[in-house]
Amino acid sequence: MTSTKTVTLFVQCLVDSLYPQVGEAMVAIFNKLGISMNCPSDQTCCGQPAFNAGYRKAARAAAKRFIKIFENSESIVCPSGSCVNMVKNHYQELFEDDVKWLERAVQTGQRTYELSQYITDILKIEDVGACCNGKITYHDSCHLLRGLGISEQPRRLIRNIKGAELIEMLESDRCCGFGGTFSVKYPVISTAMVDDKVHNIIASGADIVTGCDISCLMNIQGRLNRIGSSVKTLHIAQLLAD
Amino acid sequence: MNILNYKSEAECAINNPVLQKALANLQERIGKGTAQGYRELPEGPELRLKAHAIRMRSIENLDILLIALADGIRKNGGHIHFAYDGKTALKHCLEIARKHNVKLAVKGKSMLTEEIGLNHALNDAGIETVETDLGEYIIQLAGEKPSHIIAPAIHKTKEQIGRLFQDKLGIAYTDDPPALTRAARKALREKFLQADMGISGCNLACAETGHITTVSNEGNIRMATTLPKVHVAFMGMERVTADLKDHEILFRLLAMGAAAQKMAGYVSYIGGPARSGQTDGPEAFHLIVIDNGRSRILADTDFREMLCCIRCGGCLNVCPVYGKIGGHSYGYAYSGPVGAVVNPLLMGINRASDLCLGESLCGACMEACPVNIDIPRMLLLLRAKLAQGDKTWDVKVKSRVEQVSFAAWSCLIQSRPLYDLFLKTAYHGQKLLPRNNKMISRLPFAGKGWTQSRDLQPLAEQSFISRFKDNFAEKQND
Ligand code: SF4
Repeated sequence: MTSTKTVTLFVQCLVDSLYPQVGEAMVAIFNKLGISMNCPSDQTCCGQPAFNAGYRKAARAAAKRFIKIFENSESIVCPSGSCVNMVKNHYQELFEDDVKWLERAVQTGQRTYELSQYITDILKIEDVGACCNGKITYHDSCHLLRGLGISEQPRRLIRNIKGAELIEMLESDRCCGFGGTFSVKYPVISTAMVDDKVHNIIASGADIVTGCDISCLMNIQGRLNRIGSSVKTLHIAQLLAD
Repeated sequence: MNILNYKSEAECAINNPVLQKALANLQERIGKGTAQGYRELPEGPELRLKAHAIRMRSIENLDILLIALADGIRKNGGHIHFAYDGKTALKHCLEIARKHNVKLAVKGKSMLTEEIGLNHALNDAGIETVETDLGEYIIQLAGEKPSHIIAPAIHKTKEQIGRLFQDKLGIAYTDDPPALTRAARKALREKFLQADMGISGCNLACAETGHITTVSNEGNIRMATTLPKVHVAFMGMERVTADLKDHEILFRLLAMGAAAQKMAGYVSYIGGPARSGQTDGPEAFHLIVIDNGRSRILADTDFREMLCCIRCGGCLNVCPVYGKIGGHSYGYAYSGPVGAVVNPLLMGINRASDLCLGESLCGACMEACPVNIDIPRMLLLLRAKLAQGDKTWDVKVKSRVEQVSFAAWSCLIQSRPLYDLFLKTAYHGQKLLPRNNKMISRLPFAGKGWTQSRDLQPLAEQSFISRFKDNFAEKQND
């Protein structure tokens, strides 16, 4: 398979520093699909943590830096729904009063895609030729689902994984309780929420829980590990790369 | 600064299995029912967007609509009072009570009267005040606060209510819901017949016709507003709609948001006292329109949208945070997502800072809201005020330490080499931390909250960016 398309990898900071294997999985997928890639090596963070905590000046600085690095790319692809939501939707809020930057933010946002969305909606591929033996359950991350309206795309990709069975958990679209600094500042509430999520994951009977946002998965995995569950947490890119 | 006990109340609620079950039930039943109801609307779910536009238009023309409403009410023979704050509203109500020599007042459920502390003021003036909504009646007997806008007593079990009624109403103990309801009904009927004043809130008002609308599923509001000789209604100044067309849309969506119903059980359009020749209705009708901080919200275009709220409680029924912590944690009249924005705006952003910060920003509230209010957007703006301080809203910076940390973070992410250096140092530093099955099980400082109940994936030895440079970039160039 070859294609004339080139994607520019936008790597969520958590993937970059904690889960580089997710980034590598994304590379493996694009290699498999014959898509050429580049990855700006000076990228750091899109500014979402600062924005969510209310530090708009810091978020704006991060956003400007991001735009400068990425604005000339043809397609910007990121393995994280919330980061894409930040660039596509929240950047516009940040530059409400600055027409010039607003324009650049909109331009950049229009070319930014979440990984599963890019594969299905833009490349029009629903089967990436992956195999994985096991029962998989999918968690709908909030910003991916409600901010970007993505829910069917990843499910279609999972259903086409050879050997895999997609099992829906109860309330897959209910927040896992991560919420950025919320999880650290209000750990008791956040834990009660992730406990419900983990309960639904385990009750589904799946061996693997997956999703399109490592932040939520990091929260879920952290709780599963603490309670000694054998359910594995994998980012959708990791499932599609095999 | 923070006078609320958000965290400790939340913890209490989370550790209360009865409440947890009740909250889960409520969200399962009504939350999901509402979502289904929107999908089945004849106009489709887009009606919510239309309703949002209708509400915004009303709010932007509030002055004109309120004048028209006042004219209409007067024409119908009613009285209208405008109260700048809660205290003035209470003064109006007490004056009316004195004039009519009121000894006993019966009330329909109204969050606004909770906001201004009406029951307290009436009791202090020697006027017995009885809540007549069953849930409100229960918590009034128990001396507690409502925990849900529509279902104020969801935190109580039938056994608790049985003991409460045994104690307060002097009936034999029973936990049979119909028997308990009958006992309450009997006690309340007597109050209805004796009362000299009926008090209600106001779900919506219509400027074109000069009427207010009350909605209930128990019929208690209709009794409270028709049997006593005076009816006093309290209305938040934002609750008016322009005409019957707008009113009809909002009214339907209100029932859907509140209880997943196409229409509430009892609906009354009230415009004034009983006309001559009419057998039902009060001799006098007063509408008290309350500002109490709302014009300040109106003046700020960032938050004006919040005045679209029709207090249906729909957002509570889907919020995963409310679903865990219940209503009491919010420490004020309004709970759930609506409370998280309205309470800070009404009572002070610093005072209610936990409400601005204690949500996960999942956005479920907006989908459930019959008027599509963007609550997460406003929570983020409230956070921005807490982070940086704000003169207009008298907000002080919440945490200097956090401010400095984000300033440092900001420098760090502006330079990749510096960022890499930080990652490298942290990678080595984390070796000192204890592990559980390869994951970090105890973090220091601010990270403690995370590892209280969860483990954390450790930093990788080599970042993705650096791996890409080493492994993939070259290959691609080959
Ligand atoms: S914010 Fe929306 S859903 Fe919540 S109470 Fe107000 S109108 Fe109802």
